[in-house]
Amino acid sequence: MSGKTLYDKLWDSHLVQQRDDGSALIYIDLQLLHEVTSPQAFEGLRLAGRKPWRVSSSLATPDHNVPTTKKERISGVDGIEDPVSKIQVITLDDNCNEFGITEFNMKDIRQGIVHVVGPEQGATLPGMTVVCGDSHTSTHGAFGALAHGIGTSEVEHVLATQCLVQKKSRNMLVRVDGKLSPWVSAKDVVLAIIGAIGTAGGTGYAIEFGGTGIQSLSMEGRMTVCNMAIEAGARVGLIAVDDTTIEYVKGRPYAPKGEHWDMAVEAWKDLVSDKDAQFDEVVVLKAEDIKPQVTWGTSPEMVIAIDEPIPRPEDQKDPVKKEGYARAWKYMGLEGKTMLADVTLDRVFIGSCTNSRIEDLRIAAQVVKGRKVASTLKQAIVVPGSGLVKAQAEKEGLHEIFEAAGLEWREPGCSMCLAMNADKLGAGEHCASTSNRNFEGRQGFGGRTHLVSPAMAAAAAIAGHFVDVNEFVKH
Amino acid sequence: MRPFTKHTGLAAPLDLANVDTDMIIPKQFLKSIKRTGFGKNLFDELRYEDEGQPDQECDGRPIRKDFVLNQDRYKGASVLLARQNFGCGSSREHAPWALDDYGFRSIIAPSFADIFYNNCFKNGLLPIVLQAEEVDQLFAEVALREGAQVIVDLENQTVTSPSGATFEFNVDNFRKHCLLNGLDDIGLTLQQDSAIRRYEEKRMNDAPWLFLPRGQ
Ligand code: SF4
Repeated sequence: MSGKTLYDKLWDSHLVQQRDDGSALIYIDLQLLHEVTSPQAFEGLRLAGRKPWRVSSSLATPDHNVPTTKKERISGVDGIEDPVSKIQVITLDDNCNEFGITEFNMKDIRQGIVHVVGPEQGATLPGMTVVCGDSHTSTHGAFGALAHGIGTSEVEHVLATQCLVQKKSRNMLVRVDGKLSPWVSAKDVVLAIIGAIGTAGGTGYAIEFGGTGIQSLSMEGRMTVCNMAIEAGARVGLIAVDDTTIEYVKGRPYAPKGEHWDMAVEAWKDLVSDKDAQFDEVVVLKAEDIKPQVTWGTSPEMVIAIDEPIPRPEDQKDPVKKEGYARAWKYMGLEGKTMLADVTLDRVFIGSCTNSRIEDLRIAAQVVKGRKVASTLKQAIVVPGSGLVKAQAEKEGLHEIFEAAGLEWREPGCSMCLAMNADKLGAGEHCASTSNRNFEGRQGFGGRTHLVSPAMAAAAAIAGHFVDVNEFVKH
Repeated sequence: MRPFTKHTGLAAPLDLANVDTDMIIPKQFLKSIKRTGFGKNLFDELRYEDEGQPDQECDGRPIRKDFVLNQDRYKGASVLLARQNFGCGSSREHAPWALDDYGFRSIIAPSFADIFYNNCFKNGLLPIVLQAEEVDQLFAEVALREGAQVIVDLENQTVTSPSGATFEFNVDNFRKHCLLNGLDDIGLTLQQDSAIRRYEEKRMNDAPWLFLPRGQ
């Protein structure tokens, strides 16, 4: 018998019951909750007279709807102008109080984007199963944890039973071999992977990311990669546990201590795929080939390296692709343009659960330091992923660098990632964004999103258009 | 979930094919944080003359008098007679929530959209597929006499018309079992609570650090 993949191991260690129809009951160790997908789950519990199975397995924080300007934030929940947003945030507070669930509310310095907060607190641990009513839950796979995004009825199911009904996915290995070039980041790696396998390439699979190009990444970089597994169609993204993982977790508030720590570390060492494990699919990329990436269209797979010309619809052979490209060209207003450098940018957004951690902010600050944002830009904002990231950045003086360069320094939240709060694109506006989705209307009705790394977004903010950050920093 | 065994109730005929979920509950009402309270906006566009808004009181709104649910003789209906492909369109679970909240227990039609059909079972509503002629007969009988009642018997899988004609219907055994016993997905999983607890105990031994209390 061949060995097990990391995914197989995680699955087996959480299997409560296999059912005849191929589905299984999987035990869930951690559920993260936020204000948008939880209210009806709590209401469902109440209507049925049920209680959460194990409250200590849940952790909540509002993120999608919270405003990010200091002015609005100062008055807490009352500062939220949109009535629906406000009700959702208040409801989360009320539900957590009622059921005794730990919540980092808007006034708590630990509040932030769920996928930033979980790992930051050591709530996300290797070997866990993690769920959240948000598709970017794959982020937590960076810790060698089995992490799924789920729907509202599943949120309720997990609250009530501590289990999720799942069918096992197939195994895919995406290996990035070699050494990444300077200024090429985790974001470029994952965009290049999506460009290579397509947004449906991972459908039905759990993707394990491996190879030296992945192993050399920090935990924050690994989270960026796993965050976007879902954009490649896979609900689950995974990276094997190594010293980098264990170093990161050590000493975090919710991480095990003392004797428990030693026991845990011993167990975590097994969270790698066996040498003789079989994958259903293997994809290999060369790290040296990956250049800074920019999306040009309305799907994350519509991505190119900064020095490549924008692919034209008329050059596509596949009629479906041709039509999709034509539609994306029109929506993105690319007529008459050859390179992405020809696109004049209106806004720049540095933030989201993909790229709002301290390393992301450090690198962006390094690029803009001593420079000024292009006068053609309407707005450039930097939104830290949590209150603690914000505090750390301020301790390092990063906020002063951003503000001196003309970027706005904001309060933590999802912000311009999804146009659910006040931070939005206007129709037709182009935005260099470090988020994860460039769908039509994602950042605001008619808004045009280009996904990039923090370094590329920072360089674009100064230049007013896309530039190769590697060239840019030389001048 | 409320069990469904046998139900006798007033039937309301909605003589319209391809009723989609946006007609059942228009999208402006989806922003709610609740899963109850949608009944007053069930079929909002068919039912009222103005455009309904969330949180609006519905009592004073101008109604479309000819719409079936606005007619006095169908007040208090709990069985909905419908035409083919009922519940098509977006997969919103708010549609069965709205029907349930209004007071319907069962919907009878010649065919249903797939996802809607499934969602009904999850929410204690019984969707019944009958032959087109049988549905026609029910429509005719119900129109004939005010207060006409229909009997829906899940145990025996029959629908009895106001005149006493009996029609049989099919239902998946597993779904039938769940509905008869009021088991939703969660209820089903909770039937396995001893397996879950066994797993938990073993896991607590192997990985105790996963079970530490989490203080505020
Ligand atoms: S930052 Fe964006 S993608 Fe991430 S959780 Fe928030 S809305 Fe979702």
